[in-house]
Amino acid sequence: MGNQSCVKILNEWDIVAARQLGRNVAKELGFGTVDQARITTAISELARNIYLYAGQGQICIEKIYDGGKAGLKIIAADNGPGINDIRQVMEDGFSTSGGLGAGLPGVKRLMDEFDIDSSPGSGTDIIATKWLR
Amino acid sequence: MENLILEYIGTKKNEITSEWMEKMRSRTDERALRLVSDDMFERTSGEFVELMISNLKESKEEFNNRLTDFAEKVVRLGWPLHFVIEGLQTFSKILWEGMLRQGEVHEGNQMDVIYAFDRWLSPLQNEVVDNYSRTWERTVSLQKIALQELSAPLIPVFDGITVMPLVGTIDTERAKQIMENLLTGVVKHRSEVVLIDITGVPVVDTMVAHHIIQAAEAVRLVGAKCMLCGIRPEIAQTIVNLGINLNQFTTQNTLKKGIETALEMTNCKIVKVEGAN
Ligand SMILES: Nc1ncnc2c1ncn2[C@@H]1O[C@H](COP(=O)(O)OP(=O)(O)OP(=O)(O)O)[C@@H](O)[C@H]1O
Ligand SMILES: [Mg+2]
Repeated sequence: MGNQSCVKILNEWDIVAARQLGRNVAKELGFGTVDQARITTAISELARNIYLYAGQGQICIEKIYDGGKAGLKIIAADNGPGINDIRQVMEDGFSTSGGLGAGLPGVKRLMDEFDIDSSPGSGTDIIATKWLR
Repeated sequence: MENLILEYIGTKKNEITSEWMEKMRSRTDERALRLVSDDMFERTSGEFVELMISNLKESKEEFNNRLTDFAEKVVRLGWPLHFVIEGLQTFSKILWEGMLRQGEVHEGNQMDVIYAFDRWLSPLQNEVVDNYSRTWERTVSLQKIALQELSAPLIPVFDGITVMPLVGTIDTERAKQIMENLLTGVVKHRSEVVLIDITGVPVVDTMVAHHIIQAAEAVRLVGAKCMLCGIRPEIAQTIVNLGINLNQFTTQNTLKKGIETALEMTNCKIVKVEGAN
């Protein structure tokens, strides 16, 4: 697909590469500075979670079009340990790593759509979309 | 066998050199070459070929000593690695084909010549690659040190007031450095107020926020106050979206305002000298 580009997350600096990719695509689509910052931050959260909890995975950024609307879709995928209780990790302040526990609930608020698919042993897929308005 | 090759090169050196240069130059897509003048390319190529040959002349021991020398020189030519490797391969191909045409290589000695080529060229190639990667490693580690030195500077601006301007991405290593420099600096400069300026930090995610919050708490523990400056409007919004609470911080949107507030906190202010214009 010509509308999708991906960055493999293997080490901490790949997080920066994923962010950079997201920011470029967001700029191309015409997102303003605030939404660019939201998108970049969301990518940073998802990429860092992959790096921290799954060890490795991938972030893909896709330009999407629906009717007259354009948007940016972040697809974060890993084959890590997966998440046992999704409700719990979506709560503000829940963290197994001594972090703020603000990442996942934060991404949900930063973006317009948020979808998480994960179970223990089968990795984690998160899709988050921001629409241009 | 080496002598056979050497003799052939001895008689054909100029032809080989010019054929080699022509072949290498025909790769006009080569960015590195477009940057150097013809004259420069000619001289460097001559040197390259000379080096190749000198490696063949020497005894085994001298050969080994020469290798490193050769590799270092080649690296210094500044050509991209793949170009140099291709240069080596092109050189041996020209040589092989030339010797074949001349009947120097025939069915009887073919294998021996191949082995001789290999004894000569494989170590060359290995040493070149090795030298290139060592050069890169050295560069990277020097840059890493340079970056580290830049990563978390602490600047005393007034009695009791210190500023830490942060520019660029914050990773875990840098976050550690920020914390260390803050704590040692606060004690060393007897700071009452420390201003952390994040105008130059491109992304403030939960990890960066968490580190800043922890740093501020640590600063408080050693008896100083921490102020956060330079929060750009878009960063302020994402911080709110993330649900991060910075209420425990004094925040100011610019470093200038931050310093004014810090002066107030230390019971100082800047006044214009009477009569100045
Ligand atoms: N890709 C993943 N694979 C497995 N577990 C994950 C993954 N992403 C998140 N988790 C789990 O969900 C928890 C909450 O994640 P979240 O990003 O919200 O907070 P955090 O990473 O702990 O802290 P921070 O506020 O710094 O992001 C994590 O502590 C971790 O246990
Ligand atoms: Mg997280």
